[in-house]
Amino acid sequence: MRFSVLVEVRLRPGVADPQGATIERALPMLGFDEVCDVTVGKAIRFDLDAPDEQAARNEVDDLCTRFLTNPVIEDAFVSLEPVP
Amino acid sequence: MTIGVVQFPGTNCEADVVEAVRSLGGDAEIVWHGDHRLASSIDAVVLPGGFAHGDYLRTGAIARFSPVMAVVAELASDGGPVVGICNGFQILCEAGLLPGALKKNAGLKFLCTSVAIRVETDRSVLTTEASVGQILTIPINHFEGSYTCSSDTLHALKAEDRVVFRYLDNPNGALDDIAGVCNEGRNVVGLMPHPERASHALLGSTDGNVLLRSLLTAAKVSAKSG
Repeated sequence: MRFSVLVEVRLRPGVADPQGATIERALPMLGFDEVCDVTVGKAIRFDLDAPDEQAARNEVDDLCTRFLTNPVIEDAFVSLEPVP
Repeated sequence: MTIGVVQFPGTNCEADVVEAVRSLGGDAEIVWHGDHRLASSIDAVVLPGGFAHGDYLRTGAIARFSPVMAVVAELASDGGPVVGICNGFQILCEAGLLPGALKKNAGLKFLCTSVAIRVETDRSVLTTEASVGQILTIPINHFEGSYTCSSDTLHALKAEDRVVFRYLDNPNGALDDIAGVCNEGRNVVGLMPHPERASHALLGSTDGNVLLRSLLTAAKVSAKSG
Protein backbone atom coordinates (compact mmCIF):
# COMPACT_ATOMS: atom_id res chain seq x y z
CA MET A 1 0.00 0.00 0.00
CA ARG A 2 1.05 3.55 -0.60
CA PHE A 3 0.46 6.22 2.02
CA SER A 4 0.56 9.98 1.75
CA VAL A 5 2.31 11.33 4.85
CA LEU A 6 2.37 14.78 6.40
CA VAL A 7 4.80 15.36 9.24
CA GLU A 8 4.29 18.59 11.14
CA VAL A 9 7.36 19.52 13.18
CA ARG A 10 6.59 21.79 16.13
CA LEU A 11 8.79 23.21 18.84
CA ARG A 12 8.18 21.41 22.11
CA PRO A 13 6.13 23.22 24.75
CA GLY A 14 8.38 25.52 26.75
CA VAL A 15 10.91 26.01 23.96
CA ALA A 16 10.99 29.69 23.00
CA ASP A 17 9.54 30.36 19.55
CA PRO A 18 10.82 33.79 18.49
CA GLN A 19 9.33 33.44 14.99
CA GLY A 20 5.85 32.79 16.33
CA ALA A 21 6.19 35.65 18.83
CA THR A 22 7.31 38.06 16.09
CA ILE A 23 4.38 37.15 13.83
CA GLU A 24 1.96 37.54 16.73
CA ARG A 25 3.31 40.99 17.54
CA ALA A 26 2.94 42.07 13.89
CA LEU A 27 -0.67 40.95 13.46
CA PRO A 28 -2.42 43.78 15.35
CA MET A 29 -0.83 46.27 12.96
CA LEU A 30 -2.92 44.67 10.21
CA GLY A 31 -6.02 44.70 12.35
CA PHE A 32 -5.90 41.03 13.37
CA ASP A 33 -6.31 41.67 17.08
CA GLU A 34 -8.03 38.34 17.77
CA VAL A 35 -5.11 36.05 16.85
CA CYS A 36 -3.11 34.51 19.66
CA ASP A 37 -0.80 31.57 20.44
CA VAL A 38 1.03 31.73 17.09
CA THR A 39 3.68 29.08 16.60
CA VAL A 40 5.92 28.39 13.64
CA GLY A 41 6.97 24.90 12.60
CA LYS A 42 7.74 22.89 9.49
CA ALA A 43 5.59 20.71 7.24
CA ILE A 44 7.24 17.77 5.50
CA ARG A 45 5.24 15.70 2.97
CA PHE A 46 6.17 12.43 1.35
CA ASP A 47 4.71 9.14 0.12
CA LEU A 48 5.59 5.81 1.68
CA ASP A 49 5.06 2.18 0.68
CA ALA A 50 4.20 -0.13 3.56
CA PRO A 51 2.21 -3.37 4.07
CA ASP A 52 -0.44 -1.66 6.24
CA GLU A 53 -1.17 1.52 8.15
CA GLN A 54 0.40 0.37 11.42
CA ALA A 55 3.64 -0.54 9.65
CA ALA A 56 3.61 2.83 7.91
CA ARG A 57 3.10 4.65 11.23
CA ASN A 58 5.95 2.74 12.86
CA GLU A 59 8.25 3.58 9.98
CA VAL A 60 7.33 7.28 10.08
CA ASP A 61 7.73 7.46 13.87
CA ASP A 62 11.22 6.01 13.57
CA LEU A 63 12.05 8.42 10.74
CA CYS A 64 10.83 11.36 12.82
CA THR A 65 12.81 10.39 15.92
CA ARG A 66 16.05 9.69 14.10
CA PHE A 67 16.04 12.36 11.44
CA LEU A 68 13.09 14.70 10.83
CA THR A 69 13.03 16.14 14.35
CA ASN A 70 15.56 16.95 17.01
CA PRO A 71 13.79 15.43 20.01
CA VAL A 72 15.58 17.83 22.36
CA ILE A 73 13.52 20.75 21.05
CA GLU A 74 10.93 19.42 18.57
CA ASP A 75 7.87 17.14 18.46
CA ALA A 76 6.41 15.48 15.35
CA PHE A 77 2.69 15.25 14.57
CA VAL A 78 1.98 12.72 11.83
CA SER A 79 -1.01 12.57 9.49
CA LEU A 80 -1.19 9.59 7.21
CA GLU A 81 -3.70 8.42 4.60
CA PRO A 82 -3.77 5.74 1.94
CA VAL A 83 -3.20 6.92 -1.61
CA PRO A 84 -6.13 5.61 -3.72
CA MET B 1 50.71 15.03 15.13
CA THR B 2 48.15 16.69 12.87
CA ILE B 3 44.79 18.34 13.44
CA GLY B 4 42.25 17.16 10.88
CA VAL B 5 39.84 19.94 9.92
CA VAL B 6 36.69 18.52 8.36
CA GLN B 7 35.24 20.13 5.27
CA PHE B 8 31.58 19.46 4.51
CA PRO B 9 29.86 20.96 1.48
CA GLY B 10 29.08 24.46 2.79
CA THR B 11 31.77 24.62 5.46
CA ASN B 12 33.50 28.00 5.26
CA CYS B 13 35.93 28.29 8.19
CA GLU B 14 38.19 25.32 7.48
CA ALA B 15 41.04 27.37 5.97
CA ASP B 16 40.95 29.81 8.90
CA VAL B 17 41.31 26.98 11.42
CA VAL B 18 44.17 25.40 9.45
CA GLU B 19 45.95 28.76 9.25
CA ALA B 20 45.46 29.50 12.96
CA VAL B 21 46.82 26.08 13.97
CA ARG B 22 49.82 26.45 11.67
CA SER B 23 50.58 29.93 12.98
CA LEU B 24 50.94 28.33 16.43
CA GLY B 25 53.47 25.86 15.04
CA GLY B 26 51.04 22.95 14.71
CA ASP B 27 50.18 20.85 11.69
CA ALA B 28 46.69 20.87 10.24
CA GLU B 29 45.10 19.50 7.12
CA ILE B 30 41.65 19.50 5.61
CA VAL B 31 39.69 16.24 5.71
CA TRP B 32 36.85 15.69 3.22
CA HIS B 33 33.50 14.80 4.77
CA GLY B 34 33.12 11.80 2.44
CA ASP B 35 36.26 10.11 3.75
CA HIS B 36 35.73 6.77 5.47
CA ARG B 37 38.99 6.88 7.40
CA LEU B 38 41.41 9.41 8.87
CA ALA B 39 45.08 9.54 7.92
CA SER B 40 47.15 7.85 10.63
CA SER B 41 48.91 11.16 11.30
CA ILE B 42 45.65 12.77 12.50
CA ASP B 43 45.31 12.80 16.29
CA ALA B 44 42.57 15.39 16.73
CA VAL B 45 39.65 16.67 14.70
CA VAL B 46 38.02 20.06 14.39
CA LEU B 47 34.56 20.48 12.87
CA PRO B 48 34.74 24.11 11.76
CA GLY B 49 32.02 26.68 11.18
CA GLY B 50 29.88 27.21 8.12
CA PHE B 51 26.66 25.82 6.74
CA ALA B 52 27.32 22.10 6.29
CA HIS B 53 24.98 20.64 3.65
CA GLY B 54 23.27 24.03 3.54
CA ASP B 55 21.94 23.49 7.08
CA TYR B 56 18.94 21.89 5.36
CA LEU B 57 16.24 20.53 7.66
CA ARG B 58 18.19 21.70 10.75
CA THR B 59 21.72 22.85 11.39
CA GLY B 60 23.93 19.77 11.43
CA ALA B 61 21.02 17.38 10.72
CA ILE B 62 22.39 16.15 7.38
CA ALA B 63 26.09 16.54 8.22
CA ARG B 64 25.88 13.94 10.92
CA PHE B 65 25.25 11.33 8.20
CA SER B 66 28.45 12.18 6.31
CA PRO B 67 30.79 9.15 6.23
CA VAL B 68 33.52 11.01 8.13
CA MET B 69 31.25 11.32 11.18
CA ALA B 70 31.56 7.58 11.86
CA VAL B 71 35.33 7.93 12.19
CA VAL B 72 34.97 11.13 14.19
CA ALA B 73 32.70 9.24 16.62
CA GLU B 74 35.27 6.45 16.79
CA LEU B 75 38.07 8.92 17.56
CA ALA B 76 35.88 10.52 20.24
CA SER B 77 35.08 7.18 21.88
CA ASP B 78 38.80 6.36 21.91
CA GLY B 79 39.39 9.58 23.86
CA GLY B 80 40.78 11.57 20.93
CA PRO B 81 40.23 15.34 20.98
CA VAL B 82 37.23 16.49 18.92
CA VAL B 83 36.25 20.15 18.82
CA GLY B 84 33.18 21.63 17.13
CA ILE B 85 33.16 25.35 16.46
CA CYS B 86 29.82 27.05 15.71
CA ASN B 87 28.28 24.86 12.96
CA GLY B 88 30.63 22.13 14.17
CA PHE B 89 29.06 22.43 17.65
CA GLN B 90 25.62 22.05 16.09
CA ILE B 91 26.79 18.95 14.19
CA LEU B 92 28.24 17.35 17.36
CA CYS B 93 24.91 17.91 19.14
CA GLU B 94 22.94 16.39 16.24
CA ALA B 95 25.36 13.46 16.15
CA GLY B 96 24.77 12.83 19.84
CA LEU B 97 28.45 13.35 20.70
CA LEU B 98 27.42 16.32 22.85
CA PRO B 99 24.16 16.84 24.75
CA GLY B 100 21.58 19.51 23.98
CA ALA B 101 20.72 21.50 20.88
CA LEU B 102 21.22 24.95 19.36
CA LYS B 103 18.08 27.01 18.69
CA LYS B 104 17.55 30.18 16.73
CA ASN B 105 18.89 33.25 18.54
CA ALA B 106 16.38 34.80 20.93
CA GLY B 107 16.25 38.09 19.01
CA LEU B 108 15.99 36.35 15.61
CA LYS B 109 19.05 38.28 14.49
CA PHE B 110 22.12 36.82 12.84
CA LEU B 111 24.86 37.83 15.27
CA CYS B 112 28.27 38.83 13.99
CA THR B 113 30.20 40.50 16.77
CA SER B 114 32.84 39.95 19.43
CA VAL B 115 31.71 38.68 22.80
CA ALA B 116 33.35 38.15 26.17
CA ILE B 117 33.25 34.58 27.45
CA ARG B 118 34.47 33.16 30.73
CA VAL B 119 36.42 29.92 30.95
CA GLU B 120 34.42 27.82 33.43
CA THR B 121 36.66 24.75 33.57
CA ASP B 122 40.24 23.93 32.64
CA ARG B 123 39.36 20.26 32.48
CA SER B 124 38.59 19.95 28.75
CA VAL B 125 40.79 19.44 25.70
CA LEU B 126 40.18 23.05 24.70
CA THR B 127 40.97 24.74 28.00
CA THR B 128 43.91 22.97 29.67
CA GLU B 129 46.18 25.97 29.00
CA ALA B 130 43.57 28.49 30.15
CA SER B 131 42.63 29.28 33.72
CA VAL B 132 39.21 29.10 35.30
CA GLY B 133 37.63 32.54 35.37
CA GLN B 134 39.76 33.80 32.49
CA ILE B 135 37.82 36.20 30.26
CA LEU B 136 38.34 35.85 26.51
CA THR B 137 37.09 38.14 23.77
CA ILE B 138 36.21 36.04 20.75
CA PRO B 139 33.94 36.60 17.72
CA ILE B 140 30.60 34.89 17.28
CA ASN B 141 28.90 34.52 13.91
CA HIS B 142 25.65 32.61 14.05
CA PHE B 143 21.87 32.57 13.69
CA GLU B 144 21.26 29.32 15.57
CA GLY B 145 23.48 29.58 18.62
CA SER B 146 21.08 29.60 21.54
CA TYR B 147 22.09 26.55 23.54
CA THR B 148 19.35 24.54 25.19
CA CYS B 149 18.96 21.14 26.86
CA SER B 150 16.65 19.32 29.23
CA SER B 151 16.73 20.29 32.90
CA ASP B 152 18.21 16.87 33.71
CA THR B 153 21.02 17.46 31.23
CA LEU B 154 21.65 20.95 32.58
CA HIS B 155 21.83 19.56 36.09
CA ALA B 156 24.37 16.94 34.96
CA LEU B 157 26.45 19.50 33.02
CA LYS B 158 26.72 21.70 36.10
CA ALA B 159 27.27 18.88 38.59
CA GLU B 160 30.02 17.36 36.41
CA ASP B 161 31.75 20.68 35.62
CA ARG B 162 31.03 20.27 31.90
CA VAL B 163 29.98 23.84 31.08
CA VAL B 164 33.24 24.93 29.45
CA PHE B 165 32.37 28.56 28.58
CA ARG B 166 29.70 31.07 29.58
CA TYR B 167 28.86 34.41 28.00
CA LEU B 168 29.31 37.43 30.23
CA ASP B 169 26.52 39.24 28.38
CA ASN B 170 24.30 36.55 26.87
CA PRO B 171 23.84 37.52 23.19
CA ASN B 172 21.46 34.80 21.98
CA GLY B 173 19.27 33.65 24.86
CA ALA B 174 21.36 30.56 25.58
CA LEU B 175 20.27 28.55 28.60
CA ASP B 176 22.30 29.49 31.69
CA ASP B 177 24.53 31.71 29.48
CA ILE B 178 26.18 28.58 28.07
CA ALA B 179 28.61 29.20 25.18
CA GLY B 180 30.31 25.80 25.16
CA VAL B 181 30.08 22.35 26.74
CA CYS B 182 32.05 19.11 26.80
CA ASN B 183 31.20 15.41 26.94
CA GLU B 184 31.69 13.13 29.94
CA GLY B 185 35.17 12.18 28.74
CA ARG B 186 36.06 15.93 28.44
CA ASN B 187 37.67 15.18 25.03
CA VAL B 188 34.74 16.41 22.93
CA VAL B 189 34.09 20.15 23.17
CA GLY B 190 31.61 22.34 21.30
CA LEU B 191 31.42 26.12 21.40
CA MET B 192 29.67 28.85 19.42
CA PRO B 193 32.51 31.45 19.47
CA HIS B 194 35.26 31.14 16.84
CA PRO B 195 38.75 30.89 18.45
CA GLU B 196 40.39 30.85 15.00
CA ARG B 197 39.04 34.35 14.40
CA ALA B 198 40.86 35.60 17.49
CA SER B 199 44.24 34.16 16.60
CA HIS B 200 46.25 37.17 15.41
CA ALA B 201 46.63 40.79 16.46
CA LEU B 202 45.50 41.82 12.97
CA LEU B 203 42.15 40.18 13.70
CA GLY B 204 41.68 42.32 16.80
CA SER B 205 42.22 39.61 19.42
CA THR B 206 44.60 36.77 20.12
CA ASP B 207 42.43 35.35 22.91
CA GLY B 208 41.58 32.26 20.85
CA ASN B 209 45.19 31.09 20.84
CA VAL B 210 45.11 29.78 24.40
CA LEU B 211 42.29 27.45 23.32
CA LEU B 212 44.02 26.31 20.13
CA ARG B 213 47.25 25.74 22.08
CA SER B 214 45.30 23.57 24.51
CA LEU B 215 43.99 21.56 21.57
CA LEU B 216 47.52 21.12 20.19
CA THR B 217 48.70 19.89 23.58
CA ALA B 218 45.79 17.46 23.77
CA ALA B 219 46.56 16.22 20.24
CA LYS B 220 50.20 15.58 21.22
CA VAL B 221 49.09 13.57 24.26
CA SER B 222 46.64 11.66 22.09
CA ALA B 223 49.41 10.96 19.52
CA LYS B 224 51.71 9.50 22.18
CA SER B 225 49.04 7.29 23.71
CA GLY B 226 47.63 6.22 20.32
